[in-house]
Amino acid sequence: MTVELGNTGTRIYPNRIRLRYNWWLGSVMGRFYRDLKEKKRIWGNTCPDCGLVYVPPKENCPTCFTKMNEFVEVGDTGNLLTYTIVRYKVPFVQPLEPPFALGIIQLDGADTGLTHLLGEVDLDDIEVGMRLKAVFRDEPQGNLLDIKYFRPL
Amino acid sequence: MEKVAIIGVGQTKFEKISPSSHDEMIFEVTNAALADAGITIDDVDNTVTCNNDFWDGRTISSMTVTDASGSNRCTTTNVEGDGTFGALMGLMRILSGHHDVSLVVAQTKGSIGVPGLITNAIFDPLYDRIIGLDAINSAALQARRYMTQYGITEEQFAKVSVKNHKNAKHNPYAQLPLDITVRDVLDSRPLADPIKLLDTSPVTDGACAVILARESVAYKLCRKPVWIAGVGHCSDTYHLGDRDLADVSVLETAAMKAYDMAGIENPLEEIDVAEVYDAFSYMELMWMEGLGFCERGGGGALIDSGLTEMGGALPVNPSGGVLSAHPVLAAGLVRMIEATLQLRGEAGERQVDGAQVALAHGIAGACGQGHCVYVLER
Repeated sequence: MTVELGNTGTRIYPNRIRLRYNWWLGSVMGRFYRDLKEKKRIWGNTCPDCGLVYVPPKENCPTCFTKMNEFVEVGDTGNLLTYTIVRYKVPFVQPLEPPFALGIIQLDGADTGLTHLLGEVDLDDIEVGMRLKAVFRDEPQGNLLDIKYFRPL
Repeated sequence: MEKVAIIGVGQTKFEKISPSSHDEMIFEVTNAALADAGITIDDVDNTVTCNNDFWDGRTISSMTVTDASGSNRCTTTNVEGDGTFGALMGLMRILSGHHDVSLVVAQTKGSIGVPGLITNAIFDPLYDRIIGLDAINSAALQARRYMTQYGITEEQFAKVSVKNHKNAKHNPYAQLPLDITVRDVLDSRPLADPIKLLDTSPVTDGACAVILARESVAYKLCRKPVWIAGVGHCSDTYHLGDRDLADVSVLETAAMKAYDMAGIENPLEEIDVAEVYDAFSYMELMWMEGLGFCERGGGGALIDSGLTEMGGALPVNPSGGVLSAHPVLAAGLVRMIEATLQLRGEAGERQVDGAQVALAHGIAGACGQGHCVYVLER
């Protein structure tokens, strides 16, 4: 149904797209979420050519293109590389009510950063370089929020 | 490389909400570019359009715009990315030897959807889309990383916004001509620290078109061809955590390819005007470094120096840049159009006098994952 805006003579057509997807995880991310959920273990994998450890693990090294078959477990603690405090609302897709903090955390043993939320911290106290520890949720579902957030160590 | 020229350009006035439909915008700019080139649609032998399915709410969006761009019964394809990449395809079509005249059209009506939902969908559904990343908060992660690495300040970011909104006052197409101060920027509504409202580009409705022609055809048709002297493009890795967000090596690679092709050895001295993709204020400073206008970490000192102001040695974004109008996918092609107008001496009150060599830049993906750089010459 089209709608006239005021008395402008201009018409708009409000509608929405309803789209459902079932994305396939593949074996690498499948293993990552299976063990995150069932064992609270965090897996990365490593490139045989450049030796970097990627967390989360991926199919192939983005730099070398080489398939990565060797899995490496990393710790649940790490350093905060960067962060922001989100102060605006976007419907449906935000895990928390703003203001909330998200950041990139380099877990001990990893060469890359994990994007995630920060919690149990005063937003004014967050600093680059902070040591953080993962807090796991009580009822894991096999996604990234099986880690609820990272809190200061 | 055989010479290829920009022979026609067209752009809509950029607005927050335009009452035009997609077809109206596309038809308008296609005709404007044809008129500017002094040719008809029958002289165009291939079209490249830049459309994005999520922004348009239409999948296989490339096929929805063939009518209004006059592309039916013609070779046409979509480059689902910034218009600078669309122009690259148009250029390559001509260089292939199979085409003479490429029409490149890019458009987005940002007003029709919910930008936060659309840009959240940039991120990996298998991984970090779930934490609520979007264009603004991901940029904030990059801005903070850049500040930490080099000590660039929010005041220096704010100076970019002040400069570009002021420049927009001389651009009749710009959406946001503004007289603001650094204080105004710092006091504007915080969105995702350190990014505030006046550090951010607007949501925009708009379209633009460019016509490219090979040398033999360009000379026949056009009184003021603007030559593509060099082009380069490069892309970084996808996941934010796999990148050093303060590192501009990928832009540097793209720029060096363009400079090599164009024979530019000292970009700061040899380039007269630059139009770059400042989706956020901090980005202009990072791109200055990647383009070689200053050293790594020198973006803050560069904006402080005044070199990139109107009247400075290398004015950057005399049009007002993307901070003053951000039609997604079109914005990089608009940079090429603005650079073209500068080189033709048709930039009106925003003209950089005597411009002979211009740089135009576009980005694709979150936090400038991909870059495309052009050197244009009279």
